[in-house]
Amino acid sequence: MPDLTANCAGIESPNPFWLASAPPTNSGEQIMRAFDHGWGGAVWKTLGTPIQNVSSRFGAIHHQGSRGVGFNNIELITDRPLDVNFREIEEVKKHYPEHAVIVSLMVETKEEWKEIIARSIDAGADGLELNFGCPHGMCERGMGSAVGQEPAVNERITSWVKEYSTVPVLVKLTPNVADIVPHGLAAQKGGADGVSLINTIKSIIGVDIDRMVIEPRVGGLSTNGGYCGAAVRPIALHMVAGLARDPAFQLPISGIGGVTNWRDAVEFILLGSSSVQVCTEVMLRGYRIVEDMIEGLESYLREKKVDSVAALVGAAVPTFSEWGDLDLNHETVAKIDPETCIGCYKCMVACHDGAHQCIFPARDDSRVPIVDEAECVGCNLCEIVCPVEGCITMVEVDNGFTPASWNDHVGDGKTLRPKKGAH
Amino acid sequence: MKELPRQRTETLFTDRKGAYTRQQALVEAHRCLFCEDAPCTRACPTHIDIAGFIRKIATGNLRGSAGTIFESNILGRSCARTCPVEVLCVGDCVYNELGVPPIQIGKLQRHATDAAIEAEWSYFEAGAPTGRSVGLVGGGPASLACAHELRRLGHAATIYERHERLGGLNTHGVAPYKLKADIAVEEVDWVLSIGEIDVRTGVEVGKDLGWEELESAHDAVFLGVGLGADHRLSTPGEDLEGIVGAVDWIERMKTGQVDVSEVRSAAVIGGGNTAIDGVRELLGLGIERVTLIYRGDDSGRSGYDHEWDRAKREGASALWRAVPVEYEGTGRVERIRCARLDGDKRPTGEEITVDADFVLLAVGQAKLGDAIAAALSGVESEGGRLVVDESGALGRPGWFAGGDASNGAKEVVNAVAEGKRAARAIHEHLGGA
Ligand SMILES: Cc1cc2nc3c(=O)[nH]c(=O)nc-3n(C[C@H](O)[C@H](O)[C@H](O)COP(=O)(O)OP(=O)(O)OC[C@H]3O[C@@H](n4cnc5c(N)ncnc54)[C@H](O)[C@@H]3O)c2cc1C
Ligand SMILES: Cc1cc2nc3c(=O)[nH]c(=O)nc-3n(C[C@H](O)[C@H](O)[C@H](O)COP(=O)(O)O)c2cc1C
Ligand code: SF4
Repeated sequence: MPDLTANCAGIESPNPFWLASAPPTNSGEQIMRAFDHGWGGAVWKTLGTPIQNVSSRFGAIHHQGSRGVGFNNIELITDRPLDVNFREIEEVKKHYPEHAVIVSLMVETKEEWKEIIARSIDAGADGLELNFGCPHGMCERGMGSAVGQEPAVNERITSWVKEYSTVPVLVKLTPNVADIVPHGLAAQKGGADGVSLINTIKSIIGVDIDRMVIEPRVGGLSTNGGYCGAAVRPIALHMVAGLARDPAFQLPISGIGGVTNWRDAVEFILLGSSSVQVCTEVMLRGYRIVEDMIEGLESYLREKKVDSVAALVGAAVPTFSEWGDLDLNHETVAKIDPETCIGCYKCMVACHDGAHQCIFPARDDSRVPIVDEAECVGCNLCEIVCPVEGCITMVEVDNGFTPASWNDHVGDGKTLRPKKGAH
Repeated sequence: MKELPRQRTETLFTDRKGAYTRQQALVEAHRCLFCEDAPCTRACPTHIDIAGFIRKIATGNLRGSAGTIFESNILGRSCARTCPVEVLCVGDCVYNELGVPPIQIGKLQRHATDAAIEAEWSYFEAGAPTGRSVGLVGGGPASLACAHELRRLGHAATIYERHERLGGLNTHGVAPYKLKADIAVEEVDWVLSIGEIDVRTGVEVGKDLGWEELESAHDAVFLGVGLGADHRLSTPGEDLEGIVGAVDWIERMKTGQVDVSEVRSAAVIGGGNTAIDGVRELLGLGIERVTLIYRGDDSGRSGYDHEWDRAKREGASALWRAVPVEYEGTGRVERIRCARLDGDKRPTGEEITVDADFVLLAVGQAKLGDAIAAALSGVESEGGRLVVDESGALGRPGWFAGGDASNGAKEVVNAVAEGKRAARAIHEHLGGA
């Protein structure tokens, strides 16, 4: 059986699946139930000076019948008394010594950091996560993303924390920055043991077009929230991979953002995450999703003949290249399998209106469209719109040209194949 | 038009394909693949842009959705209920190829069109008056579609209908678990709301008004007369009480009351869709034993498989390869003596007797074309059907036809398509672009 245990920045857990700091980790009772379901770790809902929340707090994108493909919230950090939180952390650790309990923190002054770190460690925290990411409410008070967006402040506070902490420290980064790398490096300079990312993305989830008010509506007003859920995964993957491939960045990563199942989690692991955190999908479907995540990851590892999660971490990072190094002579064309084609002609309209006008109606009554391979640029659009799995494939063409990237071409004068579809 | 009585036997039936809730409609609409040059649209005789109207349901644009439907098919609301979608649009949904349940196009069409008519959204305006007038004989789907299109083109239209109400078989014939008369009549009113369609009910052209008289009153004529009365077979005993023509009985059931409370076992003679409708209607009214008697075998019946499958599920039985040779009983029919037939529909010499105290004759309806052709030079008929060219024109200048009278009895949707097509041809005939 493959080894599913995870070690992210020295924080160990029975599997790499952690609950992200959010409502699913509000209380000890919840976290113990989550551990019973199989979650390997949990990042406690951010602790600090307890706040008061608004109602309502959440909004969501429903797309073509699927509910909650994107999600946003305007809630703040914990609204429960600190004493209660610490008592519960202690209780959880007593009952679940093998599971990872990471305490997320957000306070202002150095004194406050000192005190809350001491209390967290006393309660039994296996690690700390510094919430430098919350993009709403807390940042207006100089915390959260207000810290994460300023590398110097990030570095300073991280170094204070490191001064007081005897357990590993993760810095949770905000995606609300132009380039994630300087922020990861700031955490590294401050002495962090690892980073976790992403927190939520500043967003307006929508407008109630009947009332003409932004959502989620608090009386007649709203405010920007933090975007998360399946829809943000590509942004999160990009930021995780951006840090993972940067030669100067050496810290372990806990990947977060839009993870809904084991496949998504594997993607984060392949791009350098040694643990993976989940919030929205659990809010939408409950702790029980982890059973399938564990099984799915395990059989994936078996199938790939990889014996541990650790061996998988970062396996796809080297494939994250620059555009200028991609092989311009690599050629693919679309092939339609006449056996499985159902004749919907979706590929044809997509290619005509959104690509390179090279799919045509069948000449007989088969309704299997015809691809003009000489014109096909291999963009994948037809394959993306095709409703039949495996019906359209992008096949490689041997065009006789040796590989040549743009950089090879401008640098060494390598020959590029003639352009296609540029009529 | 005369009001429908409230008390109608047909109201005992519930809808076979009920209305979608908004949520059900959204779920189904989102499944639609939005095909290009969609096979469903090709399969629809009125070529409704199906993917287009479904997408509008999905986005919450119900008004636009129904508009898309009506643009092609002004009787889209009754077609949503009456069309045998299994052999039309739904039958050609590409999902069938994928082994995935096809999109329920009829139910989605019903969702959009019901909403539109209930909200009284209006979509069409009459065209600028051309000063030309068209007489339409019959007030069924063919004439309604034709008249509406003529009004859009600015021509005056007068409908002559021998019944008290318009709608043709939508009002008088279609099985009530698909479409009830009140919905059909409501739709007629909605179609007429384009304005200035002159309606003359209770007028049978050829009897109450001469054909030539009609011709001289109008610049063009459209014949949407449908079919005539139920055939009878002149079988001995056919005049016993309890033996009635199916279309005639269905009409009474839909627009008034019929009493079958005393009937214990019924038989329906025939193998077409009217026969199967009769079987299902009798079963629906609580008659326990209903037997279809048909001279061919199961594979030879012309009624749709999906309808007969439902009838069987509802408890119908069938006697294939049999034909009544005598109805027996005193005063009222009690038994039917039938001859068994072989595969070529020839008597085998064997006989079988079926108990039945009620019999529906569903062996076809008279075709009206021959009589009209005899009365009007130039108009031709073939096997009782009026002969039209591909535009719907008859052999007499200015005369057009469509629907059951000329297509030999198809569906409501074909009548609508042909009525509209004829309107375009009439417009051209009258000098329009
Ligand atoms: C029992 C039954 C069930 C059916 N079920 C379905 C179904 O479920 N789905 C479906 O799509 N189709 C069904 N059909 C077929 C469908 O009803 C017809 O194809 C359609 O109604 C034809 O329309 P039409 O306008 O041509 O004729 P009709 O609907 O028959 O209308 C013709 C009208 O002309 C009038 N008329 C005739 N002669 C004259 C005259 N000389 N002067 C004045 N008025 C005249 C008649 O009274 C009638 O109202 C069914 C038919 C029957 C008989
Ligand atoms: C309702 C809600 C509350 C959240 N609260 C916190 C928080 O208190 N501290 C924190 O670090 N992140 C918080 N987050 C961010 C999540 O931990 C996570 O980083 C983000 O939602 C992306 O992951 P996901 O796509 O799996 O939801 C919150 C998210 C949501 C939806
Ligand atoms: S890959 Fe792109 S260009 Fe080629 S056929 Fe498909 S859609 Fe057209």
